Amino acid sequence: MIAQLLFAMCVAAGVGLFAKRIGFIRRNILQGQDVNRSDRATDRWKVMARVALGQGKMVARPVAGVMHIMIYVGFVVINIELLEIVIDGLLGTHRAFAFLGPVYDVLIGTFEVLAALVVLACVVFFVRRNGMAIARFRSPEMGGWPSLDANLILVAEVILMFAFLSMNAADHIAQTRGLDHYIVAGSFPVSQWLVPLYQGLSDTGVVAVERGMWWFHILGILCFLVYVTYSKHFHILLAFPNTYYSDLTVQGAMDNMAAVKKEVDLMMNPNADPFAAPAPDPDASPVKFGAKDAPDLSWKQLMEAYTCTECGRCTSECPANQTGKLLSPRKIMMDTRDRIEEIGKQRDANGGAWEGDGKTLLGDYITEEELWACTSCQACVQACPVNISPMGIVLDMRRSLIMEDSKSPESITSMFNNIENNGAPWAFPAANRGDWTKEA
Amino acid sequence: MSTFSVPTLADMTAQGQTPEVLFWVGCAGSFDDRAKRITKAIARILHHCEVPFAVLGAEESCTGDPAKRAGNEFLFQMQAAQNIAVLNGYEVKRIVTGCPHCFNVLKNEYPELGGNYEVMHHTQFIRDLIDQGRLKVADGNPFKGRRITFHDPCYLGRGNGEYAAPRDVLGTLDAELVEMRRCKQNGLCCGAGGAQMFKEAEKGNREVNHERTEDVLDTNPQVVATGCPFCNTMMTDGVKNAERESSIDVKDIAELIAEAADLIPTSPTQDTP
Repeated sequence: MIAQLLFAMCVAAGVGLFAKRIGFIRRNILQGQDVNRSDRATDRWKVMARVALGQGKMVARPVAGVMHIMIYVGFVVINIELLEIVIDGLLGTHRAFAFLGPVYDVLIGTFEVLAALVVLACVVFFVRRNGMAIARFRSPEMGGWPSLDANLILVAEVILMFAFLSMNAADHIAQTRGLDHYIVAGSFPVSQWLVPLYQGLSDTGVVAVERGMWWFHILGILCFLVYVTYSKHFHILLAFPNTYYSDLTVQGAMDNMAAVKKEVDLMMNPNADPFAAPAPDPDASPVKFGAKDAPDLSWKQLMEAYTCTECGRCTSECPANQTGKLLSPRKIMMDTRDRIEEIGKQRDANGGAWEGDGKTLLGDYITEEELWACTSCQACVQACPVNISPMGIVLDMRRSLIMEDSKSPESITSMFNNIENNGAPWAFPAANRGDWTKEA
Repeated sequence: MSTFSVPTLADMTAQGQTPEVLFWVGCAGSFDDRAKRITKAIARILHHCEVPFAVLGAEESCTGDPAKRAGNEFLFQMQAAQNIAVLNGYEVKRIVTGCPHCFNVLKNEYPELGGNYEVMHHTQFIRDLIDQGRLKVADGNPFKGRRITFHDPCYLGRGNGEYAAPRDVLGTLDAELVEMRRCKQNGLCCGAGGAQMFKEAEKGNREVNHERTEDVLDTNPQVVATGCPFCNTMMTDGVKNAERESSIDVKDIAELIAEAADLIPTSPTQDTP
């Protein structure tokens, strides 16, 4: 009874902390600007099914892709076991689903095989990350917490799987010895190899291992649940909404700013009175062009920042990054997330209000040099396994640089001037545009 | 090679004629000496296939692409408004262009601003002409059996998902087509997009086009085929930098087809000193 109560309290604490953190992140994301992604529901479900559920873009890199699918399938399927654990924990039963008979044997056997595959994949990932010279794991932005975060998760997964398999091994021994409460159920294709580890223990010892591992497993999962919300591993949840809300237009298209369209329409309208005072609009907030700070980005872009799992495929495909420029698309996403987290925390400390802290995403986190290195080639967008667009943030920040601050490299200013004056980015007169026809 | 005159839309309209398609030349195609040769090749092909076409001439203006990608949405939308007014004034329905940047903007960004046209990249248009039997490469065309690799322009390939048209057209040359290590969805940028063409590269350890030239050299080609005037400049520069300009030609697909169909004289792209 005490165990059941303790169990219920642990689950409540884990779920409670998780929910609180979700609320915080949701509020942060919703600080972003409005963008309509509620259209074309059928297409959106399809994209989500293909990209997130089906891991369609992961396999573009076969080794990492297949290993990732092993962990992904293992994670999703083994969590069916979680349901039984929760029922057992709350009701004080043991292996509540054992009544399924042969189906149960198949289930447990499958979990065990998947657990072994997860361990294998985690070990391979750990070696790739720490022992091999894979450039995208060694970029400057990966120093400190991001690398530790990645390794912590890999180690934690291996330990959790080991606990799960040890629990089964001890259960298997208990079943063979016919101990009280240990009904004969399940098949143990993998954990049977762990039996020698615990075979020498007394009956009490075996039960202690089984119970200990059971508690360790469930407490570990609850800790993991809270931890992911602070980690790059939050992608396991956000990958789904993030792909659902994907930009469905072709990759080459860039949005036309509605605020600018209004101004241009006014300028081009021969009937407009150029001296007219703007009509009073009580809801009007001063229009900001482009993104200077994280809340100037759209909620979708902020969701992307929280979805990014820092795999670095974007950075490894980026032509600027490959040629030694400062730009790393992954860093753009990480900076954006760090900034919106910071703003969120300050809001909380300030009773929900945000009055600024003298810092901005553009300038204090992301430099102009990074922004000007982008060729807008969309390789980062193409590479992202969960449809994030680092390029979108880069281009929105250029908009702020140009339209808010009039800051651009001199040659870019000349290009603007040429277009304005001659209708071409170079200083050639428009009248000469047809000259090539005479040269034919 | 016969001479012919390229009519402007203004002239044609004055004579009460309507062209089948507007040839949107673009700024590079109008002013850059190397790109002008691509423009002429496209015009030759259109003329040869008896496609009634016109250009805007002095009435054409920058689509605003480099301004938009550099962050100047005002300038972009001003350019768009001006171009759309001209295009709609002439009731233009179909556009073909030799520049993937113009293609992308006209096709994807103008509709929302009031400009709705059927827009084709020249490789798509040429493919249609070949499919319709209106354009054929000559027997014993100069590229038969030669090793050609195609460099995907970002705004044709990744940007608009068109990987087939340029390859289909090259396929008619009876040449040996070789793909670079990074091609199609994974193609590496030439380094000119996003307004980079108009500025110095940021600090780094090498130029993007030099990096891309490595991919080119790995395929050991005789010709690098391009579909974008900016890519053409960057690849020409890259090949020169690798001191391989005597053995590798950089040519637009329109030039290759025009030469193969005996519409323009075969010429090396590099000016021999």
